[in-house]
Amino acid sequence: MSRVEIMTGNHAAAVGVSLARVQVVAAYPITPQTSLTETIAQFIESGEMKAEYVRVEGEHSALSVCIAASTVGARAFTATSANGLLYMHEQIHWAAGSRLPIVMCCVNRGVGAPWTILNDQQDSISQRDTGWIQLYCRDNQEIIDTVLQAFRIAEAVYVPVMVCYDGFILSHTLMPVEIPDQEEVDAFLPPYRPHTVLSEDSPRTINPVMFADLRENSEGVLCDGYMEMRYKLEAALEDAQATIQSVNDEFAGRFGRNHGGLLWEYRTEDAEVFLTGLGSIANEATIAADILREKGIPAGVVGIRSYRPFPVEALNQAFERAKSIHCFEKALSYGFGGPVYTDLRAALYGRVKDAHMYDYIATLGGRDIQPDTMADYVHESIKRKDKDGAFRRPVWINCRTE
Amino acid sequence: MANRTDENISAMCTPALGEGGRTGDWRTLHPVIDYGKCIPAQKGKAACLLCWLYCPEGVVKATIPPTIDLNYCKGCGICAEECPAKAISMVLEEGHE
Repeated sequence: MSRVEIMTGNHAAAVGVSLARVQVVAAYPITPQTSLTETIAQFIESGEMKAEYVRVEGEHSALSVCIAASTVGARAFTATSANGLLYMHEQIHWAAGSRLPIVMCCVNRGVGAPWTILNDQQDSISQRDTGWIQLYCRDNQEIIDTVLQAFRIAEAVYVPVMVCYDGFILSHTLMPVEIPDQEEVDAFLPPYRPHTVLSEDSPRTINPVMFADLRENSEGVLCDGYMEMRYKLEAALEDAQATIQSVNDEFAGRFGRNHGGLLWEYRTEDAEVFLTGLGSIANEATIAADILREKGIPAGVVGIRSYRPFPVEALNQAFERAKSIHCFEKALSYGFGGPVYTDLRAALYGRVKDAHMYDYIATLGGRDIQPDTMADYVHESIKRKDKDGAFRRPVWINCRTE
Repeated sequence: MANRTDENISAMCTPALGEGGRTGDWRTLHPVIDYGKCIPAQKGKAACLLCWLYCPEGVVKATIPPTIDLNYCKGCGICAEECPAKAISMVLEEGHE
């Protein structure tokens, strides 16, 4: 029987990692990730979890260890935040290019300078173009469930998965979490099989230097060049959309919890005003939508769970009837706009024609935002009755800008 | 002619001669061994062979006398530098000034 315990998001992630029978963990502590890796270390030290915990001198090495472990067939996990994630950057690309199904928790935190230990999503957003799948969680239950799903997804498409959740807001906040049985998890998540089995009988040079063109190898195979390998990675990311959805649906069938797959919706059946975002801010938007509905505004929420791959088709369907779309963002592409807003505009272009789109930058470095404030900004935007759907500069919420 | 497709999803190769491409055409200088000075050539046995030992590309064969596979020799000149008998000289390839 599954059991319910009250726990933090970090504890939920650690329990998920243990249930996933991860074999190698390498991580370096950084706030707000620290209690996640400490809890895993405790599980391993007590013998509760059978895995190697490799202590490293930094995040670049942490992911390097996971890359090596995953290459030789071990299920590998790491976790980090903010500047630690950025310190991994080179190896983040390397893991994806090597098609290794590593799972990493990114406990979202603002990036220095100036230093902050508090939450926004600039860290994982800055790693958007590395070829990893990025899934964002809205509560602690979704964290443990997404960690389990992440290994299934990663090992099906051979693409690493970043499970992102908001630092402190989720990582250090206690919530009731249903913990599934080990046997049920084992039935859902079979042992990991690497895409290439290394052995003395079949030695390989992994990741040799690629040249611009195709190359005939000694066995007469016309080997893919760098560009073909990169195309295969992109194709895998695109295929991953169907896998993310089917793994979500199978998980829902087995465990009774449906997190939506690529995205989730709240009160959208008759909605015209749509709020959207990644992670906990989308969850908070559901309360803002309730407030707007009390004022007679038909508001709903689309929470984007899969940011990469960006679910273009699912988003077009979800926003089909939207008259306005309001993106609440915990990150910024400096010199342009919010990343969700800009991606969403591109994804909906030419199809969701009538929706005016608004962008709000909020919560950078842990600045608080309340649902009534979100509702107020949405209300103000729609009252203006803009005449066209032109690109709009983001509005900074709860920020002294003059 | 190669026509089978590459089924690997990440880049890899099996250890085999020439898997890194025909690297000999990177060269501007090539080594020439003067067997009149070369120690194993003179002694007629497996002596010295420092050229074989030091070659970073594994293109020197420990035959008597030693031979160099110019299809893959990149012309780095380490063999010439290390040869105690100064039997190896680096000669400019045609077309290089």
